[in-house]
Amino acid sequence: MSLAMRAPRPVEEAPAPPPDLRATLARTWAEPGGFFGWFMNVNHKSIATRMIVTALGFFALGGILALLMRLQLARPESRLIGPDLYGQLFTVHGSTMMFLFAVPVMQALGLYLVPLMIGTRNVAFPRLNAFGYYVYLFGGLFLWISFILNVGPDVGWFSYVPLAGPQYGIGKRPDVWAQLITFTELAALVAAVETVVTTFKMRAPGLSLNRLPLFVWAMLITSFMVIFAMPAVMVASLFLATDRLVSTQFFNPAEGGDALLWQHLFWFFGHPEVYIIFVPALGFVSTIVITFARRAVFGYTALVLSLFATGFLGFGLWVHHMFATGLPQLGLSFFTAASMMIAIPSGVQIFCWVVTLWGGRLRFTTPLYYVLGFVVIFVVGGLTGVMLASAPLDLQVHDTYFVVAHLHYVLIGGAVFPLFGALHYWFPKLTGRMLSERAGKWSFWLVFVGFNLTFFPMHQLGLMGMPRRIYTYLPQTGWTLLNQVATVGTFVLGLGVLAAVANAAISLRRGAIAGDNPWDADTLEWSTTSPPPLYNYAHLPTVNSRHALWTRTPDQPVVTGLRTDIREVLITDAVDARPDHRQHLDGPTVWPFLTAVSATIVFVGAIFTPWAVVLGAIPVFIALTGWFWPHRSTPLPGPARERLRP
Amino acid sequence: MNATSRLAIAYGVLAGCSRAQSALHPAGPQAGRIAALWWLMFWVSAAVFGAVVVGLAIAAVRGRRRGQADVTGAPVANGGDEPGKVAVVTVCTAVTVVVIFVLLVVSVMTDRGLAMLATHDPLTVEVTGHQWWWEVDYDDSTPSQRVTTANEIHIPVGQPVLFKLTSRDVIHSFWIPNLHGKTDLIPGYVTRTWIQADVPGTFRGQCAEFCGVQHAHMALVVVAEPPEKFQAWLAQQRQPAAAPAEPLAQRGHDVFVTGPCVLCHAIRGTIAMSRAGPDLTHLATRGTLAAGTISNTPGHLAGWILDPQSAKPGALMPATSLGSEDLQALLAYLGMLR
Repeated sequence: MSLAMRAPRPVEEAPAPPPDLRATLARTWAEPGGFFGWFMNVNHKSIATRMIVTALGFFALGGILALLMRLQLARPESRLIGPDLYGQLFTVHGSTMMFLFAVPVMQALGLYLVPLMIGTRNVAFPRLNAFGYYVYLFGGLFLWISFILNVGPDVGWFSYVPLAGPQYGIGKRPDVWAQLITFTELAALVAAVETVVTTFKMRAPGLSLNRLPLFVWAMLITSFMVIFAMPAVMVASLFLATDRLVSTQFFNPAEGGDALLWQHLFWFFGHPEVYIIFVPALGFVSTIVITFARRAVFGYTALVLSLFATGFLGFGLWVHHMFATGLPQLGLSFFTAASMMIAIPSGVQIFCWVVTLWGGRLRFTTPLYYVLGFVVIFVVGGLTGVMLASAPLDLQVHDTYFVVAHLHYVLIGGAVFPLFGALHYWFPKLTGRMLSERAGKWSFWLVFVGFNLTFFPMHQLGLMGMPRRIYTYLPQTGWTLLNQVATVGTFVLGLGVLAAVANAAISLRRGAIAGDNPWDADTLEWSTTSPPPLYNYAHLPTVNSRHALWTRTPDQPVVTGLRTDIREVLITDAVDARPDHRQHLDGPTVWPFLTAVSATIVFVGAIFTPWAVVLGAIPVFIALTGWFWPHRSTPLPGPARERLRP
Repeated sequence: MNATSRLAIAYGVLAGCSRAQSALHPAGPQAGRIAALWWLMFWVSAAVFGAVVVGLAIAAVRGRRRGQADVTGAPVANGGDEPGKVAVVTVCTAVTVVVIFVLLVVSVMTDRGLAMLATHDPLTVEVTGHQWWWEVDYDDSTPSQRVTTANEIHIPVGQPVLFKLTSRDVIHSFWIPNLHGKTDLIPGYVTRTWIQADVPGTFRGQCAEFCGVQHAHMALVVVAEPPEKFQAWLAQQRQPAAAPAEPLAQRGHDVFVTGPCVLCHAIRGTIAMSRAGPDLTHLATRGTLAAGTISNTPGHLAGWILDPQSAKPGALMPATSLGSEDLQALLAYLGMLR
């Protein structure tokens, strides 16, 4: 059932919609087909779907590396994988999971869902969005092609200097890592800007900030965190690249540089990074809890404020990664306090969800299973996080398998479980087909058991003295049995993921037809068809509460008066979402793709010669000129920006 | 604490635990304080985890029953924040704040405790990290009384020892789990840590900061012994290497000082004075070779000299090709470096 079939009540005086509204919209918002058309697409759903699929592909690749590492560690002094390859394995695993999977997949779901959830037709800057995807894709390919050519970075996803510096970093391996950062952070910033502007300026009338779905809040806060955190690591990786390429001495103590400077810059980014991955997951959890508890969430304001608190505090904890570097004790105590404090907003959110479930009428679907699994695992990770926040205790467990256990409990438990829940939840919307519930629950239990089997013994291994990032260990250390348990667990976990993939592959063809709103959910995206049309909504909707679809009245107004023959959207004001003006969005073009290609030439070339920056500026200039070349067909800004209200 | 320890031991036995490199088996005040903090945190966390899981389970079961009783009911969009629930969440949050605050105070107190070991004019050991071994210097105001050794540190039981740590190449981390937490060795910095062993014993430590391909094989041994035994050891280490008496060892000496060994290693009392690799003056007194990787037996030593890359691929020591007679002579010489 679409809004167009209801009797629309115009927001303002406007001409009646033409009878062939859907056909007109489909023509206006059509994306070019064919092989070349693929590179011109600027629809947010197409770009986001590509990004989700790409990120899940990198997740699978990173997972394969994890399996290889677990095989190597299943026996002491194993000769299966040498130390050189092992160094590349854990570095590429970490970099892939952080930069190519976790952050992009969260942002991609945001780019798909936010415009739908706030009731608009596309993201604010459709071409920039496409550019961001290509930069991300090329960055990922660049890392993996380098890895396959045995030039994979091998100094850890954190690339500490001087090990990654010009004197000790082998060949081009650390340069590959530094440029991977350039690629992925650029892409992340693009997605963040898209999300912020889209959320603030393109919401459906009535969708004031205090009614914003919690997932949109989560993406908004994440995007601000990206905007503040990423510049630190871009500066750091730029310093590293220039140290290696043109012999600047930022990190060389022999020339007045400082090895610890790197760690401050990296972790100023690195710790917020964890929350950049985790906060969107909190949005998934709230969404799923509301839908399957069939009631409003308890403590909406508390949940939003907790997200804010997490976003702020996340920037004040970075030194807890550096407790062993001999910093003054008073400073350490400050960071201990700040790090422990972040447990409070996390606790508040968990209490709110538990209370919501308590008062709800639950439907036990696969997404809800993943949410319950999330709470159990994440609480363990959060508690070990409090332990790691304590400076003295951290001195013992820092850089051991205890931390490996902790970080996987918070990142897999805290982010991947909600993500899997979200993928099960939105699969019907994205594809129009339902997933098999039975297969979903099977895969959940395999993932849950496999995960705990893999990572729980690692707590013990860390306390027993096993450091991280060692490619082997001596038999007399007594670590063998627990490592073998972990290795078995990894394969169970892998099997669970495979079951989920198989479920998706089969359901894509044979799944039951989903319909518009199979879950009876409350957010706007469930009011359009599954999958949504290119233009999202025939009539842009309006909203009258926090639960748009649950409180929609039969005569709910829709937005009319927008031109349908060009790509026009409604711009509303940032706080109250009152209609402000109409805005024309750009259509398909190949220039973002060509710009990404020329940027890639610069980034990759700069590994070999500084001249790449100079000469590479030429194709970048040409591509940007093409991108911004004015076209006669674009309507003049005047009429398009006509004020709807004084 | 007894039940705790038993639990730990039971788990440890099942896991084939070795106690020589474990944070759960403290042998000194520093590790002891941290272990006590760990057990406090462990039990608090276990209680919190239990409470949350029980709460979640009850909520899920209750919600499920309500859901089954009302399969088709419309969703509640205006389900208010009922006062009872507000109270529950407020109390839970308050408890969280209190627990966090208590843990913070205990953590800061532990930190203070760790700093209290410092004394005046202590035994000072300088440790320098290298890829992938530890250089160990015993400080002394008289330069000739300084002792340089590698990968094996002797300390007297019951005395605080000051460690001054730095690195010549990349960042390493000094960690003896039974005695204390980590302190990084950072080029351009000298970091300090205080360690004391309360019981005699041999403790294993391992580099805890990724430092390159052989990070996994960068271990060290700490031998805590009664003070008089330690003093005897130190006095012996101060001596230069004895001149070889028998002809085989004499020939071994010649092989050493005329071959490639001398380019990297020092043996005090001979012309070998390079400090690129570990000091070998009293090699035969050490328990292990290749930074805690293999035990110091003539067979291992021969294998290590001929082909270090086999035990430690990527190690900076190159293979040395020696005829069997030269090798035997060299082993005889190194074997008398007591």
